[in-house]
Amino acid sequence: MDTGNTAWVLISTALVLFMTPGLAFFYGGMVRAKHMLGMLMQNFFAMGLLSVIWVLVAFSLAFGDAGNGGVIGNLDHIGFTDVGGEVLGGDGFFGFLTIPFVLFAAYQMTFAIITPALITGATADRLKFGAYAVFIAVWLVAVYAPVAHWVFGGGWLAEMGALDFAGGAVVHINAGAAALAVVLVLGRRKGWPDEAMPPHSLPWTLIGTGILWFGWAGFNAGSALGADGIAAQAILNTFVAAAAAMLGWLLAERLKDGHATTLGGASGAVAGLVAITPCAGFVGSMPAILIGFAAGVVCFLALGLKRMFRFDDSLDVIAVHLVGGLVGSLLLGLFADAKVNPAVPDISNEGLLTGGGIDLLFDQAVASFATLAYSFVASFIIAKVIDATMGLRITSDEEDRGMDLSLHAENAYAYGDFG
Amino acid sequence: MKLITAIVKPFKADEVKEALKEAGVQGMTVTEVQGFGRQGGHTEVYRGAEYTVDFVPKIRIEVVADVTDAERIADVIVSAARTGKIGDGKVWITDVDRVLRIRTGERDNDAV
Repeated sequence: MDTGNTAWVLISTALVLFMTPGLAFFYGGMVRAKHMLGMLMQNFFAMGLLSVIWVLVAFSLAFGDAGNGGVIGNLDHIGFTDVGGEVLGGDGFFGFLTIPFVLFAAYQMTFAIITPALITGATADRLKFGAYAVFIAVWLVAVYAPVAHWVFGGGWLAEMGALDFAGGAVVHINAGAAALAVVLVLGRRKGWPDEAMPPHSLPWTLIGTGILWFGWAGFNAGSALGADGIAAQAILNTFVAAAAAMLGWLLAERLKDGHATTLGGASGAVAGLVAITPCAGFVGSMPAILIGFAAGVVCFLALGLKRMFRFDDSLDVIAVHLVGGLVGSLLLGLFADAKVNPAVPDISNEGLLTGGGIDLLFDQAVASFATLAYSFVASFIIAKVIDATMGLRITSDEEDRGMDLSLHAENAYAYGDFG
Repeated sequence: MKLITAIVKPFKADEVKEALKEAGVQGMTVTEVQGFGRQGGHTEVYRGAEYTVDFVPKIRIEVVADVTDAERIADVIVSAARTGKIGDGKVWITDVDRVLRIRTGERDNDAV
């Protein structure tokens, strides 16, 4: 066991877990005041429900029989059977790990929590709480676990040679495609797009952005699974990509809409964090800036998609996560660099601009669109079945009163009352 | 008795209060309000979506005074609240039938 590596992944596990409350406030600030607790609850509840399902079954489906080149794991590790404090060693798929296997499983659990939680931004203000709980539980098992297996668990995409350092496809394209499917089943918020639905508190959104940015160090640099030079490059790349994306977004919105906004700065930073996720430990510092800047501009322009195609992605999960994930995953095909990560030539080709030809870009495109297609279709079916059985959507009256009161019998802000 | 009601720009509220105290006014009621007049509202932009906000925040000041003081008090408010730009607000004066001080039961001019 390498105690330095173990210490870093322990810290990273806590950092990534902290991103989910960060996400809660990032989204919470953007909804109207009457839906604030509804949004916070969905995100916090993901930590409650998905941690348990991860241990019970999802981890085994994602990482059982790792390296089989297939589409799903097995049931060897249900209830964390044979997932313990020792380093696995040997010549199996996880033989490279220098940290306890249970730590790897715990670290991956934090990814499994935030990925379904990302969807809540698209479905904001109208998804029934019980339907949400059933959806994310089924989605974790039926969508997240197999896709994680394809990429992180040595499944068919990994065997093909597609790269994904920390989850551009597994987390962001996956959640973004699911978000699109669910909002198509769920329908638009009452009044959208004619009625104004401005954010109720952008300071919350900025606090959430800060927590996400901080936690993303664990997400990306932690994915090196060690405290080494790759982790160091990944943390630098993460921070400069967020920075460059903020600049790109602000520049684009200043030119197009006339103002550099705080919401734009925050959204740009998150778009950059999304785009650098697949690339973090595979590219150099300058490509990280380019990838971030491109994501800032492209994700800003992608905001127009929902108005063009009239789907109500309330908080722009598709523009930021689906599009941002695609930007990062595809640009990795240009910039993957063996000088940054010596493992690149062993597991795949280098990028088009780093001397590796077109092969990696092709593999990245296949991985991105396979993830997009599977997640979209499976999520659509799950949402349809839930809608037909228990109903996905709150009633019109509940929507008017707000999720806080109608679903949770609480009120986020009591200072309007006497006493 | 008269009720003088003024709608003024929020950043002028303190100046109006000081001017009224100097003019001998003993009390007033202040409320944060929203509305629109000739100034109209403003536009906000969130992620490229523009929203028109019709209501502008203002401060409402209410003073109850003796008939003989009402015009003078209204003038004090007008001169303290004026910037000369659109949105400075309005002052109006209405009749008040009866005033009671709760603690003592005093009525009308004694209670003002």
